[in-house]
Amino acid sequence: MNQLPTQIAFDEYGRPFIILRDQERQSRLTGIDAHKSHILAAKSVASVIKTSLGPKGLDKMMVGPDGDVTITNDGATILDRMDVEHQIAKLMVQLSKSQDDEIGDGTTGVVVLAGALLEQSEKLLDRGIHPIRISDGYEMAAKIATDKLDEISETFAVDLKEKEPLIQLAMTTLGSKIVNRCHRQMAEIAVEAIMSVADFDRKDVDFELIKVEGKVGGKLEDTMLVKGVVVDKDMSHPQMPKVVKDAKIAILTCPFEPPKPKTKHKLDVTSVEDYQKLREYEKEKFESMVEMVKKTGANLVICQWGFDDEANHLLLQRELPAVRWVGGPEIELIAIATGGRIVPRFEELTQEKLGKAGSVREMSFGTTRERMLVIEECRNSRAVTIFIRGGNKMIVEEAKRSIHDALCVIRNIVRDNRIVYGGGAPEIAASLAVQEAAENISTLEQYAVRSFAEALESVPLALAENSGLSPIHTLADVKSRQVKEKNPFLGIDCLRKGTNDMKVQHVIETLTAKKQQILLATQLVRMILKIDDIRAPNDMSM
Amino acid sequence: MMSLNPVQIFKMGAEEEKSETARMSSFVGAIAIGDLVKSTLGPKGMDKILQSSSTNEALKVTNDGATILKSIGVDNPAAKVLVDISMVQDDEVGDGTTSVVVFACELLKEAESLVSQKIHPQTVISGWRKAVDAAREALTNAARDNGNDPVKFKEDLLNIARTTLSSKILTQHKEKFSNLAVDAVLRLKGSGNLDAIQLIKKLGGNLSDSYLEEGFLLDKKVGLNQPKRMENAKILIANTPMDTDKIKVFGSRVRVDAVSKVAQLEVAEKEKMKLKVEKIIKHGCNVFINRQLIYNYPEQLFSDAGVMAIEHADFDGVERLSLVTGGEIVSTFDCPEKVKLGTCKLIEEVMIGEDKLLKFSGVELGEACTVVLRGATQQILDEAERSLHDALCVLSQTVKETRTVYGGGCSEMLMADAVSKLAAKTPGKEAVAMESFAKALRQLPTIIADNAGYDSADLIAQLRASHTSGKHTIGLDMQHGRVGDVAQLGITESYQVKRQVLISGHEAAEMILRVDNIIKAAPRPRAPDHRHH
Repeated sequence: MNQLPTQIAFDEYGRPFIILRDQERQSRLTGIDAHKSHILAAKSVASVIKTSLGPKGLDKMMVGPDGDVTITNDGATILDRMDVEHQIAKLMVQLSKSQDDEIGDGTTGVVVLAGALLEQSEKLLDRGIHPIRISDGYEMAAKIATDKLDEISETFAVDLKEKEPLIQLAMTTLGSKIVNRCHRQMAEIAVEAIMSVADFDRKDVDFELIKVEGKVGGKLEDTMLVKGVVVDKDMSHPQMPKVVKDAKIAILTCPFEPPKPKTKHKLDVTSVEDYQKLREYEKEKFESMVEMVKKTGANLVICQWGFDDEANHLLLQRELPAVRWVGGPEIELIAIATGGRIVPRFEELTQEKLGKAGSVREMSFGTTRERMLVIEECRNSRAVTIFIRGGNKMIVEEAKRSIHDALCVIRNIVRDNRIVYGGGAPEIAASLAVQEAAENISTLEQYAVRSFAEALESVPLALAENSGLSPIHTLADVKSRQVKEKNPFLGIDCLRKGTNDMKVQHVIETLTAKKQQILLATQLVRMILKIDDIRAPNDMSM
Repeated sequence: MMSLNPVQIFKMGAEEEKSETARMSSFVGAIAIGDLVKSTLGPKGMDKILQSSSTNEALKVTNDGATILKSIGVDNPAAKVLVDISMVQDDEVGDGTTSVVVFACELLKEAESLVSQKIHPQTVISGWRKAVDAAREALTNAARDNGNDPVKFKEDLLNIARTTLSSKILTQHKEKFSNLAVDAVLRLKGSGNLDAIQLIKKLGGNLSDSYLEEGFLLDKKVGLNQPKRMENAKILIANTPMDTDKIKVFGSRVRVDAVSKVAQLEVAEKEKMKLKVEKIIKHGCNVFINRQLIYNYPEQLFSDAGVMAIEHADFDGVERLSLVTGGEIVSTFDCPEKVKLGTCKLIEEVMIGEDKLLKFSGVELGEACTVVLRGATQQILDEAERSLHDALCVLSQTVKETRTVYGGGCSEMLMADAVSKLAAKTPGKEAVAMESFAKALRQLPTIIADNAGYDSADLIAQLRASHTSGKHTIGLDMQHGRVGDVAQLGITESYQVKRQVLISGHEAAEMILRVDNIIKAAPRPRAPDHRHH
């Protein structure tokens, strides 16, 4: 590896002087080289996912380390599955992830923006502007841009009765995904789900109450919203009734098995009497377990653990349908939905702790013997399950991710009801504002601010390019119209509907998501610009 | 310097394929899979031999798309998507597993040429979506529903069974097996519960010796010295240990200080078993079937009481038995009055080939029946089972969804016709995509004709002409190599299957077409396999 002269010091006899241990075994990049290398890496990450932006964006096929295939359009998922090693690329992946955690949507946009910002800073570096000055300029510009967004935002009436605007919002998010074949249906499902869960007083939505369950088979149109819980389990005994009406559910986390004390112990059987007593005890134990459940008036048992064969049969005999091996999160959901309490001991089971549901039934699919349990008409009707069907595994997975995005967006609007119109319109408006402000800055930062304005244009550019429009031409047109008509809602007409006014097209995005995108991207870029030295073990490919 | 080096952002071994290359690799992979199974399509389709890499597994000869695709290991991601849809088709409707793959592959072939003409994939997709809606509508309009007329419906079912079986190994005995399958499914009385139909394969004889047995056959033997024939049997179906009943309380163990004590315990154990057997007999049963082993001692006790005891019926067997005889699976024996015993008129040992089986006839659930398949080799038997299973699946689906459509390429031509008409009316580039969709649909009958060795170009042209002039019952007559009226020929398929082929095939093709970038993670390093040398 090339050794930079600055890395080695020499003493007066001309012998090399080792300052850092193992420095010959490390590779090192400093100064402008380091910056250039970072920018290159970030740009190539951005270029990978740039083409999936917008309603006409294309998907990516990801092959996992074990050969499993994922097909997705979701920026966060693409970056997550990408086997990235470069340090800066890893930062970009995290950027997308944090947007996903915080907002849930706009994961592609944020990376594209960060990539563009870095690309612009490369030009500034070439002009000899110090990285810190660039990053300060970006900071100023981000402030101007978000202020502009606040200014052009509109408040959005979240009204339980008026679902139409919300559906429009969800449709904007789902527009870029493969599920847009049943666009409206999916949007309605997402809105319906949030509406039944949302807590309008606290302005929050508890995602725990929404479960997204997928099952391969059928068609996408069969996707439905179940007002209740769907569990991928069936009755423990094939002859138990398949339908329970007016179910009173005992939710147990203790197994129907002979008791196992947790302290280590030994039980010695030394005589025939002992042996017989133990047998009696065992039998009694089973009887009393079932009896205790029965006494509370329960007519359905949901248990986290397994049953002994004998217990299983006893349950059948006492006409007590039961479900075993139900996972922890599912049991919690059932408890919330049915208003029951999770009971860890048989002794503590009382009538008040039972959950109630109008109907519990088994549902079977296709030609195979797969069944699922549907708990409906629960006491607490707020828990819902979105049950997704689709022709193959990948489409079901992708539909799950898309629904999740749509849910996030609707939740955000419940939290903060300010919106901007999408289609690149807010970026163009912000870019114009930043451009204008740049002229008034007397210091060096002026250049950085101007570059920021150019970087903001990358999103509408990519949108236009993906939609098969001539990018620069379209952008120039829209930009000039925004200035001329003083209408900040003009954006890229991706779907060729004949109008550029996004308000008319009902392309809606939340203000928080847009602001977050700009802030997160700026933050990351500032961080990357501050790095001027990388050390890495030499065996890595640098 | 260093900054001029390309920056590697992926891990070593990870790969990325972009736009043209990515699309090319998906098309190539998908088309390869399509071509692989293409030759099995239709009544004159050919079979494939599948040999597993591990030597202990027997080779398979099959015509079933899902089985072929399940057995070949594919590496290409697009190919994996196609394998996946084939599996889903198998699970969901049971038949059409080859058609769905071939259709998706033909669509992709069309897409390839469109994309090379610089038509954006998204344009193709939106054209296809309109086309698939049109095709579906045409298919639904052409579907007939004879569900209310039992005589005609049975005729429909027979036709469907014949059509399904005609592409399989059973085609020689098509008549026999389609009757057999329809009888079996009609016994279910619309429940569509395939559990009640049991398939038993016995080597020997030939396919025409296969028959439908009323009732239920269990591949087990009766214990020694026990009655081999039982009339008006009352059956207790159990899942309980009949070896030594272990104490389940955790941590218990036996510790004794003298040999005599061991003997005493042994007696106690025996006593316990005896008690259990007595309790079982108290239920008033004369047949006892257990999922688990029955040791010699209890077996002997049962013999003494004149009870027929059958051990080690596997889980499936036990569940099915309880279904057909109406008894419940019992694990505790303390309240005999509550236990529901299974009943059947007669249990007897029957010989099939060289094996003795237990036959339960006159069972409570009249729906149950068993199909005994005979054949010269294991491969024939396996393939016959798969074919019959396909037919049964399709039939049971048809009983639920009684609409039917014409086969023999007729429905495909009908849909293609509808799509073409729509394309002619549509302005813009989408029309090209729709036309390509119609072309892909027409490829299916083309392949069927090609596989039978006829002049496909001529036949398809004739078909197309007839359909355009409004004769919508014209299809391929592969027995004579000409076009004919499929309504008269009785080539019928289930509407459900056809619709699913259309929808899933399109879904998969769209999904693959939408991809413009393939990113492969570095393969997980595995310890080298030292087993084979």
